[in-house]
Amino acid sequence: MNAASPAGEKIGAATTAPVMELNDVTIGSGSGVEAVSVEGINWSVAAGDYWVIGGPPGAGKSDLLATMAGLYRPLKGRLRYFGKDIAELADEEFLAARLRFGLVFENGGRLFHHLTVAENIALPLRYHHRHPGETEQRVRQVLQAAGLASLANHTPGQIKHSWRQRVGLARALAACPEVLLLDNPLAGLGPLDSRWWREFLSLLSAGHNVLGGRPATLAVACHDLRPWADQGKQFALLKQRRWLPVGGRAELACSDEPLLGELLAPDFGAATG
Amino acid sequence: MENRSAAAPQPGLEHAPTTPWLLGHLDSIGRNIIGSLQTAQGLIAFTLITLGVAVTRFNASPRVIHPLIRSQIYRAGVRLLPIISFLACALGLMIIGQTVALLTRVGAQNLAGTVMVTVVVRELGPLAAALVVLARVGAAYVIELGTARALGEVEALDALCIDPIHYMVIPRMVGLALSIFSLTVYFILVTLVSGYLFAFVQDVPLLPGDYFKQLAVALSWEDFALLALKTFSFGVVIAVVSCYHGLAQPLRLEQVSGATTRAVVQSVVACVSLDVLFIIVYLVT
Repeated sequence: MNAASPAGEKIGAATTAPVMELNDVTIGSGSGVEAVSVEGINWSVAAGDYWVIGGPPGAGKSDLLATMAGLYRPLKGRLRYFGKDIAELADEEFLAARLRFGLVFENGGRLFHHLTVAENIALPLRYHHRHPGETEQRVRQVLQAAGLASLANHTPGQIKHSWRQRVGLARALAACPEVLLLDNPLAGLGPLDSRWWREFLSLLSAGHNVLGGRPATLAVACHDLRPWADQGKQFALLKQRRWLPVGGRAELACSDEPLLGELLAPDFGAATG
Repeated sequence: MENRSAAAPQPGLEHAPTTPWLLGHLDSIGRNIIGSLQTAQGLIAFTLITLGVAVTRFNASPRVIHPLIRSQIYRAGVRLLPIISFLACALGLMIIGQTVALLTRVGAQNLAGTVMVTVVVRELGPLAAALVVLARVGAAYVIELGTARALGEVEALDALCIDPIHYMVIPRMVGLALSIFSLTVYFILVTLVSGYLFAFVQDVPLLPGDYFKQLAVALSWEDFALLALKTFSFGVVIAVVSCYHGLAQPLRLEQVSGATTRAVVQSVVACVSLDVLFIIVYLVT
Protein backbone atom coordinates (compact mmCIF):
# COMPACT_ATOMS: atom_id res chain seq x y z
CA MET A 1 0.00 0.00 0.00
CA ASN A 2 1.35 3.35 -0.89
CA ALA A 3 0.61 6.01 1.64
CA ALA A 4 1.25 8.79 -0.82
CA SER A 5 -1.00 7.90 -3.71
CA PRO A 6 -4.45 6.55 -4.38
CA ALA A 7 -3.03 4.31 -7.05
CA GLY A 8 -0.59 2.84 -4.56
CA GLU A 9 -3.36 2.19 -2.03
CA LYS A 10 -5.34 0.30 -4.61
CA ILE A 11 -2.35 -1.83 -5.53
CA GLY A 12 -1.48 -2.65 -1.94
CA ALA A 13 -5.04 -3.38 -0.91
CA ALA A 14 -5.44 -6.04 -3.56
CA THR A 15 -2.71 -8.24 -2.14
CA THR A 16 -1.63 -9.82 1.16
CA ALA A 17 0.65 -8.47 3.95
CA PRO A 18 3.63 -6.47 2.66
CA VAL A 19 6.99 -8.14 2.33
CA MET A 20 8.60 -4.75 2.40
CA GLU A 21 7.56 -1.23 3.28
CA LEU A 22 9.31 2.07 2.90
CA ASN A 23 7.92 5.01 4.86
CA ASP A 24 9.24 8.46 3.95
CA VAL A 25 12.57 6.88 3.12
CA THR A 26 15.55 8.85 1.84
CA ILE A 27 18.32 6.76 0.29
CA GLY A 28 21.94 7.66 -0.22
CA SER A 29 24.03 7.33 -3.31
CA GLY A 30 26.25 4.25 -3.38
CA SER A 31 28.60 5.98 -5.78
CA GLY A 32 29.34 8.63 -3.17
CA VAL A 33 29.07 11.38 -5.79
CA GLU A 34 25.90 12.82 -4.34
CA ALA A 35 24.77 12.17 -0.78
CA VAL A 36 21.01 11.85 -1.40
CA SER A 37 19.88 9.71 -4.31
CA VAL A 38 16.09 9.54 -3.84
CA GLU A 39 13.96 11.02 -1.06
CA GLY A 40 10.43 10.76 0.22
CA ILE A 41 9.79 7.18 -0.85
CA ASN A 42 6.51 5.73 0.41
CA TRP A 43 6.16 2.30 -1.03
CA SER A 44 4.77 -1.03 -0.03
CA VAL A 45 5.54 -4.30 -1.79
CA ALA A 46 3.15 -7.18 -1.22
CA ALA A 47 3.88 -10.86 -1.79
CA GLY A 48 3.38 -11.75 -5.45
CA ASP A 49 3.76 -8.17 -6.71
CA TYR A 50 5.60 -7.54 -9.96
CA TRP A 51 6.91 -3.99 -9.80
CA VAL A 52 8.61 -2.20 -12.66
CA ILE A 53 10.44 0.98 -11.68
CA GLY A 54 11.44 3.24 -14.54
CA GLY A 55 13.72 6.21 -14.56
CA PRO A 56 16.45 7.83 -16.62
CA PRO A 57 20.06 6.76 -16.08
CA GLY A 58 21.39 8.18 -12.80
CA ALA A 59 17.91 8.54 -11.27
CA GLY A 60 18.86 6.31 -8.32
CA LYS A 61 17.33 2.99 -9.41
CA SER A 62 20.42 0.95 -8.47
CA ASP A 63 20.69 2.71 -5.11
CA LEU A 64 17.01 2.00 -4.45
CA LEU A 65 17.39 -1.71 -5.19
CA ALA A 66 20.62 -1.92 -3.16
CA THR A 67 18.87 -0.28 -0.20
CA MET A 68 15.92 -2.65 -0.58
CA ALA A 69 18.35 -5.59 -0.57
CA GLY A 70 19.92 -4.31 2.65
CA LEU A 71 23.29 -3.28 1.20
CA TYR A 72 22.81 0.28 2.43
CA ARG A 73 20.74 1.61 5.31
CA PRO A 74 18.26 4.39 4.50
CA LEU A 75 19.50 7.87 5.37
CA LYS A 76 16.06 8.70 6.72
CA GLY A 77 12.68 7.04 7.20
CA ARG A 78 11.63 3.50 8.00
CA LEU A 79 12.30 0.36 6.05
CA ARG A 80 10.38 -2.73 7.11
CA TYR A 81 11.01 -6.31 6.05
CA PHE A 82 8.01 -8.58 6.54
CA GLY A 83 6.47 -6.11 8.96
CA LYS A 84 9.60 -5.56 11.07
CA ASP A 85 11.54 -2.31 11.15
CA ILE A 86 15.14 -3.11 10.16
CA ALA A 87 16.40 -0.57 12.70
CA GLU A 88 14.99 -2.78 15.45
CA LEU A 89 16.30 -6.07 14.10
CA ALA A 90 19.29 -7.81 15.68
CA ASP A 91 22.14 -8.63 13.29
CA GLU A 92 21.09 -12.29 12.97
CA GLU A 93 17.45 -11.35 12.32
CA PHE A 94 18.49 -8.76 9.74
CA LEU A 95 20.70 -11.34 8.01
CA ALA A 96 17.88 -13.90 8.05
CA ALA A 97 15.49 -11.33 6.55
CA ARG A 98 18.02 -10.31 3.89
CA LEU A 99 18.47 -13.93 2.84
CA ARG A 100 14.85 -13.85 1.69
CA PHE A 101 15.84 -11.24 -0.93
CA GLY A 102 17.83 -11.84 -4.09
CA LEU A 103 19.54 -9.07 -6.03
CA VAL A 104 20.58 -9.32 -9.67
CA PHE A 105 23.07 -6.62 -10.65
CA GLU A 106 23.19 -5.06 -14.08
CA ASN A 107 26.00 -5.39 -16.62
CA GLY A 108 26.98 -9.01 -16.21
CA GLY A 109 25.74 -9.63 -12.71
CA ARG A 110 29.02 -8.77 -10.91
CA LEU A 111 30.26 -12.33 -10.93
CA PHE A 112 33.38 -13.58 -9.17
CA HIS A 113 35.84 -13.98 -11.98
CA HIS A 114 38.12 -16.46 -10.21
CA LEU A 115 35.23 -18.93 -9.80
CA THR A 116 33.47 -21.03 -12.43
CA VAL A 117 29.79 -20.54 -13.23
CA ALA A 118 28.81 -23.46 -10.97
CA GLU A 119 31.07 -22.20 -8.16
CA ASN A 120 29.55 -18.72 -8.45
CA ILE A 121 26.10 -20.19 -7.97
CA ALA A 122 27.23 -22.55 -5.20
CA LEU A 123 29.06 -19.88 -3.19
CA PRO A 124 26.10 -18.49 -1.20
CA LEU A 125 24.84 -22.02 -0.50
CA ARG A 126 28.22 -23.23 0.71
CA TYR A 127 28.76 -20.09 2.77
CA HIS A 128 25.37 -20.38 4.46
CA HIS A 129 25.95 -24.00 5.48
CA ARG A 130 23.94 -26.00 3.01
CA HIS A 131 24.82 -29.68 2.97
CA PRO A 132 27.34 -30.48 0.16
CA GLY A 133 24.98 -32.94 -1.57
CA GLU A 134 22.09 -30.52 -1.29
CA THR A 135 24.27 -27.73 -2.71
CA GLU A 136 25.26 -29.77 -5.76
CA GLN A 137 21.67 -30.74 -6.43
CA ARG A 138 20.45 -27.17 -6.08
CA VAL A 139 23.20 -25.82 -8.36
CA ARG A 140 22.27 -28.37 -11.04
CA GLN A 141 18.60 -27.41 -10.73
CA VAL A 142 19.29 -23.69 -11.04
CA LEU A 143 21.72 -24.18 -13.94
CA GLN A 144 19.10 -26.22 -15.74
CA ALA A 145 16.37 -23.66 -15.16
CA ALA A 146 18.54 -20.82 -16.46
CA GLY A 147 19.73 -22.81 -19.47
CA LEU A 148 23.33 -22.74 -18.26
CA ALA A 149 24.01 -26.46 -17.74
CA SER A 150 26.60 -26.63 -20.53
CA LEU A 151 28.52 -23.65 -19.12
CA ALA A 152 28.88 -24.91 -15.54
CA ASN A 153 32.65 -25.27 -15.67
CA HIS A 154 33.39 -22.09 -17.60
CA THR A 155 34.67 -18.98 -15.87
CA PRO A 156 32.73 -15.73 -16.39
CA GLY A 157 35.52 -14.42 -18.64
CA GLN A 158 34.94 -17.31 -21.05
CA ILE A 159 31.24 -16.68 -21.66
CA LYS A 160 29.40 -13.86 -23.40
CA HIS A 161 27.70 -10.97 -21.67
CA SER A 162 24.15 -12.29 -21.97
CA TRP A 163 25.13 -15.57 -20.31
CA ARG A 164 26.92 -13.73 -17.53
CA GLN A 165 23.71 -11.84 -16.84
CA ARG A 166 21.88 -15.17 -16.58
CA VAL A 167 24.53 -16.49 -14.18
CA GLY A 168 23.83 -13.45 -12.02
CA LEU A 169 20.16 -14.41 -12.03
CA ALA A 170 20.94 -18.07 -11.29
CA ARG A 171 23.19 -17.06 -8.38
CA ALA A 172 20.42 -14.90 -6.91
CA LEU A 173 17.91 -17.73 -7.33
CA ALA A 174 20.16 -20.35 -5.71
CA ALA A 175 19.18 -19.45 -2.15
CA CYS A 176 15.47 -19.63 -3.06
CA PRO A 177 14.59 -15.96 -2.36
CA GLU A 178 11.02 -14.78 -1.88
CA VAL A 179 11.72 -11.35 -3.35
CA LEU A 180 13.83 -10.90 -6.44
CA LEU A 181 15.26 -7.46 -7.23
CA LEU A 182 16.59 -6.98 -10.75
CA ASP A 183 18.64 -3.99 -11.82
CA ASN A 184 18.21 -3.25 -15.51
CA PRO A 185 18.33 -6.94 -16.48
CA LEU A 186 17.80 -6.38 -20.21
CA ALA A 187 20.68 -3.91 -20.64
CA GLY A 188 22.87 -4.93 -23.55
CA LEU A 189 20.79 -7.99 -24.49
CA GLY A 190 19.58 -8.92 -27.95
CA PRO A 191 15.90 -9.54 -28.77
CA LEU A 192 16.06 -13.31 -28.17
CA ASP A 193 17.74 -13.01 -24.78
CA SER A 194 15.44 -10.15 -23.86
CA ARG A 195 12.41 -12.32 -24.63
CA TRP A 196 13.85 -15.24 -22.63
CA TRP A 197 14.26 -12.97 -19.60
CA ARG A 198 10.74 -11.58 -19.77
CA GLU A 199 9.23 -15.02 -20.20
CA PHE A 200 11.31 -16.47 -17.39
CA LEU A 201 10.40 -13.64 -15.03
CA SER A 202 6.74 -14.13 -15.90
CA LEU A 203 7.10 -17.79 -14.98
CA LEU A 204 8.78 -16.84 -11.70
CA SER A 205 5.97 -14.40 -10.99
CA ALA A 206 3.38 -17.08 -11.68
CA GLY A 207 5.27 -19.75 -9.73
CA HIS A 208 8.26 -21.67 -11.11
CA ASN A 209 9.65 -25.02 -10.01
CA VAL A 210 13.05 -23.48 -9.33
CA LEU A 211 11.43 -21.59 -6.44
CA GLY A 212 9.31 -24.50 -5.38
CA GLY A 213 6.28 -23.32 -7.35
CA ARG A 214 5.76 -20.32 -5.07
CA PRO A 215 5.04 -17.06 -6.95
CA ALA A 216 8.04 -14.79 -6.60
CA THR A 217 7.75 -11.13 -5.70
CA LEU A 218 9.61 -9.14 -8.33
CA ALA A 219 10.93 -5.59 -8.56
CA VAL A 220 12.62 -4.64 -11.81
CA ALA A 221 14.42 -1.33 -12.32
CA CYS A 222 14.94 -0.17 -15.90
CA HIS A 223 15.39 2.92 -18.01
CA ASP A 224 13.36 1.60 -20.94
CA LEU A 225 9.80 0.74 -19.98
CA ARG A 226 8.71 -0.55 -23.37
CA PRO A 227 9.62 -4.23 -22.85
CA TRP A 228 7.97 -4.19 -19.42
CA ALA A 229 4.69 -2.46 -20.20
CA ASP A 230 2.88 -5.78 -20.67
CA GLN A 231 4.94 -7.63 -18.04
CA GLY A 232 4.72 -5.72 -14.77
CA LYS A 233 1.65 -5.54 -12.60
CA GLN A 234 2.62 -2.33 -10.79
CA PHE A 235 4.66 0.60 -12.06
CA ALA A 236 6.52 3.51 -10.53
CA LEU A 237 8.99 6.16 -11.67
CA LEU A 238 12.03 7.84 -10.24
CA LYS A 239 12.20 11.42 -11.36
CA GLN A 240 14.43 14.19 -10.07
CA ARG A 241 15.17 12.37 -6.81
CA ARG A 242 11.46 11.74 -6.19
CA TRP A 243 9.38 8.57 -6.10
CA LEU A 244 6.35 8.72 -8.38
CA PRO A 245 3.92 5.77 -8.15
CA VAL A 246 2.02 5.20 -11.38
CA GLY A 247 -0.28 2.25 -10.69
CA GLY A 248 -1.19 -0.82 -12.71
CA ARG A 249 -1.16 -1.37 -16.46
CA ALA A 250 -4.36 0.64 -16.91
CA GLU A 251 -2.87 3.67 -15.12
CA LEU A 252 0.34 3.24 -17.10
CA ALA A 253 -1.57 3.44 -20.37
CA CYS A 254 -3.51 6.58 -19.48
CA SER A 255 -0.94 8.52 -17.40
CA ASP A 256 0.03 11.95 -18.70
CA GLU A 257 3.38 12.01 -16.85
CA PRO A 258 5.93 13.41 -19.35
CA LEU A 259 8.74 11.10 -18.18
CA LEU A 260 6.50 8.10 -18.77
CA GLY A 261 5.94 9.31 -22.29
CA GLU A 262 9.70 9.46 -22.81
CA LEU A 263 10.39 6.01 -21.34
CA LEU A 264 7.63 4.43 -23.44
CA ALA A 265 8.37 6.31 -26.68
CA PRO A 266 8.90 4.01 -29.68
CA ASP A 267 12.21 5.73 -30.49
CA PHE A 268 13.45 5.58 -26.87
CA GLY A 269 16.38 3.29 -27.66
CA ALA A 270 17.56 5.54 -30.48
CA ALA A 271 17.17 8.64 -28.32
CA THR A 272 19.26 7.23 -25.46
CA GLY A 273 21.89 5.83 -27.77
CA MET B 1 45.92 41.57 -14.21
CA GLU B 2 44.56 41.57 -10.70
CA ASN B 3 46.67 38.60 -9.74
CA ARG B 4 49.79 40.19 -11.12
CA SER B 5 49.28 43.40 -9.18
CA ALA B 6 48.50 41.45 -6.02
CA ALA B 7 51.69 39.43 -6.33
CA ALA B 8 53.92 42.48 -6.95
CA PRO B 9 56.29 43.37 -4.05
CA GLN B 10 55.08 46.30 -2.00
CA PRO B 11 57.43 49.03 -0.81
CA GLY B 12 58.63 48.52 2.74
CA LEU B 13 57.87 44.77 2.82
CA GLU B 14 61.29 43.21 2.10
CA HIS B 15 60.29 39.62 2.84
CA ALA B 16 56.93 39.74 1.12
CA PRO B 17 57.94 37.43 -1.82
CA THR B 18 59.02 34.68 0.60
CA THR B 19 55.65 34.57 2.38
CA PRO B 20 53.69 32.67 -0.33
CA TRP B 21 56.60 30.21 -0.66
CA LEU B 22 56.62 29.62 3.09
CA LEU B 23 52.84 29.34 3.23
CA GLY B 24 52.92 26.91 0.35
CA HIS B 25 55.38 24.68 2.15
CA LEU B 26 53.49 24.90 5.43
CA ASP B 27 50.30 24.09 3.56
CA SER B 28 51.99 21.09 1.94
CA ILE B 29 53.40 19.87 5.28
CA GLY B 30 50.02 20.32 6.94
CA ARG B 31 48.25 18.40 4.19
CA ASN B 32 50.78 15.57 4.45
CA ILE B 33 50.36 15.37 8.22
CA ILE B 34 46.55 15.36 7.96
CA GLY B 35 46.72 12.79 5.15
CA SER B 36 49.01 10.54 7.22
CA LEU B 37 46.74 10.84 10.25
CA GLN B 38 43.68 9.99 8.14
CA THR B 39 45.47 6.96 6.69
CA ALA B 40 46.53 5.85 10.18
CA GLN B 41 42.96 6.31 11.42
CA GLY B 42 41.59 4.29 8.48
CA LEU B 43 44.17 1.56 8.98
CA ILE B 44 43.49 1.29 12.71
CA ALA B 45 39.73 1.17 12.10
CA PHE B 46 40.16 -1.46 9.38
CA THR B 47 42.44 -3.52 11.64
CA LEU B 48 39.94 -3.43 14.49
CA ILE B 49 37.07 -4.39 12.16
CA THR B 50 39.14 -7.25 10.71
CA LEU B 51 40.16 -8.56 14.13
CA GLY B 52 36.55 -8.22 15.28
CA VAL B 53 35.34 -10.30 12.33
CA ALA B 54 38.13 -12.83 12.96
CA VAL B 55 36.90 -13.29 16.53
CA THR B 56 33.14 -13.16 15.97
CA ARG B 57 33.19 -15.33 12.85
CA PHE B 58 35.91 -17.71 14.03
CA ASN B 59 35.47 -21.02 12.22
CA ALA B 60 32.27 -19.75 10.54
CA SER B 61 31.53 -21.17 7.06
CA PRO B 62 34.55 -23.51 7.10
CA ARG B 63 33.56 -25.06 3.75
CA VAL B 64 34.29 -21.75 2.06
CA ILE B 65 36.93 -20.14 4.27
CA HIS B 66 39.25 -23.09 4.95
CA PRO B 67 40.03 -23.78 1.25
CA LEU B 68 40.71 -20.08 0.81
CA ILE B 69 43.16 -20.14 3.73
CA ARG B 70 44.86 -23.23 2.29
CA SER B 71 45.23 -21.55 -1.09
CA GLN B 72 46.76 -18.47 0.55
CA ILE B 73 49.23 -20.65 2.48
CA TYR B 74 50.21 -22.35 -0.77
CA ARG B 75 50.55 -19.02 -2.50
CA ALA B 76 52.39 -17.11 0.25
CA GLY B 77 54.24 -20.06 1.75
CA VAL B 78 54.87 -23.12 -0.40
CA ARG B 79 55.43 -21.18 -3.63
CA LEU B 80 57.98 -18.93 -1.93
CA LEU B 81 60.19 -21.78 -0.71
CA PRO B 82 62.64 -21.52 -3.66
CA ILE B 83 63.28 -17.79 -3.22
CA ILE B 84 63.52 -18.19 0.55
CA SER B 85 66.01 -21.06 0.09
CA PHE B 86 68.13 -18.91 -2.21
CA LEU B 87 68.07 -15.93 0.14
CA ALA B 88 68.78 -18.08 3.19
CA CYS B 89 71.81 -19.70 1.52
CA ALA B 90 73.11 -16.36 0.28
CA LEU B 91 72.61 -14.57 3.60
CA GLY B 92 74.05 -17.53 5.53
CA LEU B 93 77.12 -17.33 3.34
CA MET B 94 77.44 -13.56 3.54
CA ILE B 95 76.63 -12.94 7.18
CA ILE B 96 77.05 -16.08 9.23
CA GLY B 97 79.98 -17.60 7.41
CA GLN B 98 81.92 -14.36 7.61
CA THR B 99 80.92 -13.71 11.21
CA VAL B 100 82.01 -17.17 12.36
CA ALA B 101 85.28 -16.81 10.47
CA LEU B 102 85.87 -13.38 12.04
CA LEU B 103 85.03 -14.55 15.57
CA THR B 104 87.39 -17.48 15.17
CA ARG B 105 90.17 -15.17 14.02
CA VAL B 106 89.89 -13.14 17.25
CA GLY B 107 89.48 -16.28 19.36
CA ALA B 108 85.84 -15.64 20.19
CA GLN B 109 84.33 -18.66 18.45
CA ASN B 110 82.45 -19.56 21.64
CA LEU B 111 80.26 -16.49 20.98
CA ALA B 112 79.15 -17.80 17.60
CA GLY B 113 75.90 -19.28 18.92
CA THR B 114 74.91 -16.07 20.73
CA VAL B 115 75.63 -13.95 17.67
CA MET B 116 73.69 -16.33 15.42
CA VAL B 117 70.65 -16.34 17.65
CA THR B 118 70.69 -12.56 17.99
CA VAL B 119 71.19 -11.87 14.30
CA VAL B 120 69.27 -14.63 12.56
CA VAL B 121 66.61 -15.91 14.95
CA ARG B 122 65.57 -12.63 16.51
CA GLU B 123 66.05 -10.17 13.67
CA LEU B 124 67.06 -11.31 10.22
CA GLY B 125 64.77 -14.33 9.85
CA PRO B 126 61.38 -12.76 10.63
CA LEU B 127 62.10 -9.53 8.77
CA ALA B 128 63.54 -11.23 5.67
CA ALA B 129 60.60 -13.64 5.40
CA ALA B 130 58.12 -10.79 5.90
CA LEU B 131 59.74 -8.61 3.24
CA VAL B 132 59.81 -11.44 0.70
CA VAL B 133 56.12 -12.20 1.33
CA LEU B 134 55.28 -8.50 1.11
CA ALA B 135 57.07 -8.14 -2.23
CA ARG B 136 55.66 -11.30 -3.79
CA VAL B 137 52.14 -11.45 -2.35
CA GLY B 138 51.22 -8.31 -0.39
CA ALA B 139 51.63 -6.01 -3.39
CA ALA B 140 49.51 -8.37 -5.52
CA TYR B 141 46.72 -8.22 -2.92
CA VAL B 142 46.31 -4.49 -3.52
CA ILE B 143 45.79 -5.02 -7.24
CA GLU B 144 43.51 -8.05 -6.81
CA LEU B 145 41.27 -6.46 -4.23
CA GLY B 146 41.30 -3.08 -5.96
CA THR B 147 40.11 -4.78 -9.16
CA ALA B 148 37.50 -6.80 -7.26
CA ARG B 149 36.23 -3.61 -5.65
CA ALA B 150 36.12 -1.80 -8.99
CA LEU B 151 34.20 -4.71 -10.56
CA GLY B 152 31.60 -4.56 -7.79
CA GLU B 153 32.47 -7.93 -6.26
CA VAL B 154 32.35 -6.47 -2.75
CA GLU B 155 28.72 -5.38 -3.23
CA ALA B 156 27.97 -8.75 -4.84
CA LEU B 157 29.25 -10.53 -1.73
CA ASP B 158 27.23 -8.21 0.46
CA ALA B 159 24.11 -8.91 -1.61
CA LEU B 160 24.63 -12.64 -1.00
CA CYS B 161 24.88 -11.92 2.76
CA ILE B 162 28.56 -12.87 2.69
CA ASP B 163 30.74 -10.63 4.85
CA PRO B 164 33.40 -9.23 2.45
CA ILE B 165 35.94 -8.92 5.27
CA HIS B 166 35.34 -12.54 6.25
CA TYR B 167 35.60 -13.78 2.66
CA MET B 168 38.35 -11.52 1.30
CA VAL B 169 40.53 -10.38 4.21
CA ILE B 170 40.47 -13.10 6.89
CA PRO B 171 41.85 -15.92 4.65
CA ARG B 172 44.63 -13.62 3.48
CA MET B 173 45.45 -12.54 7.01
CA VAL B 174 45.52 -16.06 8.44
CA GLY B 175 47.35 -17.39 5.38
CA LEU B 176 50.02 -14.70 5.57
CA ALA B 177 50.52 -15.06 9.33
CA LEU B 178 51.00 -18.84 9.08
CA SER B 179 53.15 -18.53 5.94
CA ILE B 180 55.51 -15.94 7.40
CA PHE B 181 55.90 -18.01 10.56
CA SER B 182 56.68 -21.19 8.59
CA LEU B 183 58.96 -19.44 6.12
CA THR B 184 60.86 -17.80 8.97
CA VAL B 185 61.52 -21.15 10.67
CA TYR B 186 62.65 -22.59 7.34
CA PHE B 187 64.77 -19.52 6.60
CA ILE B 188 66.52 -19.73 9.99
CA LEU B 189 67.34 -23.42 9.62
CA VAL B 190 68.73 -23.03 6.10
CA THR B 191 70.68 -19.91 7.04
CA LEU B 192 72.31 -21.52 10.08
CA VAL B 193 73.27 -24.64 8.16
CA SER B 194 74.52 -22.83 5.05
CA GLY B 195 76.45 -20.37 7.20
CA TYR B 196 78.23 -23.16 9.02
CA LEU B 197 79.00 -24.91 5.72
CA PHE B 198 80.66 -21.74 4.47
CA ALA B 199 82.69 -21.46 7.68
CA PHE B 200 83.59 -25.15 7.39
CA VAL B 201 84.89 -24.61 3.86
CA GLN B 202 87.06 -21.80 5.21
CA ASP B 203 88.67 -24.28 7.64
CA VAL B 204 87.27 -22.60 10.74
CA PRO B 205 88.17 -24.83 13.72
CA LEU B 206 84.60 -25.18 14.97
CA LEU B 207 83.05 -28.62 15.05
CA PRO B 208 79.39 -29.00 14.02
CA GLY B 209 78.56 -30.39 17.46
CA ASP B 210 80.07 -27.35 19.19
CA TYR B 211 78.34 -24.95 16.79
CA PHE B 212 74.86 -26.37 17.29
CA LYS B 213 75.49 -26.77 21.05
CA GLN B 214 76.27 -23.06 21.23
CA LEU B 215 73.05 -22.31 19.35
CA ALA B 216 71.03 -24.47 21.71
CA VAL B 217 72.56 -22.80 24.77
CA ALA B 218 72.00 -19.30 23.36
CA LEU B 219 68.33 -19.96 22.61
CA SER B 220 65.79 -19.38 25.36
CA TRP B 221 62.04 -19.94 25.43
CA GLU B 222 61.55 -16.19 25.00
CA ASP B 223 63.19 -16.45 21.59
CA PHE B 224 60.60 -18.98 20.43
CA ALA B 225 57.74 -16.92 21.85
CA LEU B 226 59.14 -13.75 20.30
CA LEU B 227 59.62 -15.46 16.95
CA ALA B 228 56.03 -16.69 16.86
CA LEU B 229 54.57 -13.39 18.05
CA LYS B 230 56.67 -11.35 15.67
CA THR B 231 55.99 -13.42 12.56
CA PHE B 232 52.24 -13.64 13.19
CA SER B 233 52.17 -9.88 13.78
CA PHE B 234 54.06 -9.22 10.53
CA GLY B 235 51.56 -11.39 8.66
CA VAL B 236 48.60 -9.55 10.15
CA VAL B 237 50.16 -6.14 9.44
CA ILE B 238 51.05 -6.90 5.81
CA ALA B 239 47.65 -8.46 5.10
CA VAL B 240 45.69 -5.68 6.74
CA VAL B 241 47.66 -2.83 5.12
CA SER B 242 47.54 -4.46 1.66
CA CYS B 243 43.84 -5.31 1.90
CA TYR B 244 43.03 -1.85 3.23
CA HIS B 245 44.65 -0.15 0.26
CA GLY B 246 42.92 -2.54 -2.13
CA LEU B 247 39.47 -2.25 -0.60
CA ALA B 248 39.43 1.32 0.74
CA GLN B 249 38.14 2.70 -2.56
CA PRO B 250 37.42 1.44 -6.08
CA LEU B 251 40.76 1.85 -7.82
CA ARG B 252 40.99 3.37 -11.28
CA LEU B 253 43.78 2.07 -13.51
CA GLU B 254 45.99 5.11 -12.90
CA GLN B 255 45.59 4.75 -9.10
CA VAL B 256 46.79 1.16 -8.88
CA SER B 257 50.54 1.88 -8.87
CA GLY B 258 50.17 4.61 -6.23
CA ALA B 259 48.06 2.41 -3.96
CA THR B 260 50.49 -0.50 -4.32
CA THR B 261 53.48 1.71 -3.51
CA ARG B 262 51.72 3.14 -0.47
CA ALA B 263 50.81 -0.34 0.75
CA VAL B 264 54.40 -1.59 0.40
CA VAL B 265 55.96 1.46 2.07
CA GLN B 266 53.45 1.49 4.92
CA SER B 267 53.85 -2.26 5.45
CA VAL B 268 57.64 -1.92 5.65
CA VAL B 269 57.37 1.02 8.07
CA ALA B 270 54.80 -0.84 10.19
CA CYS B 271 56.84 -4.06 10.31
CA VAL B 272 60.08 -2.27 11.21
CA SER B 273 58.28 -0.19 13.86
CA LEU B 274 56.77 -3.35 15.27
CA ASP B 275 60.21 -4.97 15.27
CA VAL B 276 61.65 -2.03 17.23
CA LEU B 277 58.75 -2.28 19.67
CA PHE B 278 59.42 -5.98 20.19
CA ILE B 279 63.12 -5.31 20.84
CA ILE B 280 62.29 -2.61 23.39
CA VAL B 281 59.81 -4.88 25.19
CA TYR B 282 62.27 -7.77 25.06
CA LEU B 283 65.15 -5.69 26.45
CA VAL B 284 63.00 -4.13 29.16
CA THR B 285 61.62 -7.47 30.32
